[in-house]
Amino acid sequence: MLVRVQADLFDAGAELNSFSQGRTDVGAIVSFTGVVRDTDGNLQEMLIEHYPGMTSKAITKITEEAIARWSLTDALVIHRYGPLKPGAPIMMVATAAAHRAAAFEAADFLMDYLKSRAPFWKKEVTDQGADWVAAKDADEDALKRW
Amino acid sequence: MNVIYFAWVRERIGIPQEKVETQATTVNDLIAELRAREERYEAAFADITALRVALDQELADFDAPLEGVREVAFFPPMTGG
Repeated sequence: MLVRVQADLFDAGAELNSFSQGRTDVGAIVSFTGVVRDTDGNLQEMLIEHYPGMTSKAITKITEEAIARWSLTDALVIHRYGPLKPGAPIMMVATAAAHRAAAFEAADFLMDYLKSRAPFWKKEVTDQGADWVAAKDADEDALKRW
Repeated sequence: MNVIYFAWVRERIGIPQEKVETQATTVNDLIAELRAREERYEAAFADITALRVALDQELADFDAPLEGVREVAFFPPMTGG
């Protein structure tokens, strides 16, 4: 298991390659990369604040839960903080399992939990000013699936 | 105890963290004490359904006891991912 919380840019392709390399015991690797989206064409940057003491611990706990529940061979979570430009990667999740159903489901679970239970807060800075992104009820409801 | 604020809670109160001397026995009691302090705390804590709390870096409920807790954090619902 690898959990990283960092300000630095990461290369999702390179991370996935190194996560996948040398494995002969898995049949499925799923990955997801979250990217800063400029919905209205006026986003200058996305500021991501986090709770330094809690973030890694909370993500590690969620990831351990996913590994146990879906019998994953391995899992990777990288999440950035700080000012990010449109198009920049925010975070990625990768899961490795014997079969694809477990790898897909575990990645989906991890994404739902990271959205609502990992201590990050997004602020969008546009030419109109800066605003905190509100949590969506749909994201909270998504947790009920699990 | 150390009280920490994040996101718009931090912006409304105007500081990222502070030491608070309190006899409050639950999170709700602590919030009541803070709200009574000044308008900026009242503004931050007016609607606690819009807030979340962590005790010693674990998510908790507002009626959770504060005994032995060293760090309390208040923040809006999280928006990770």
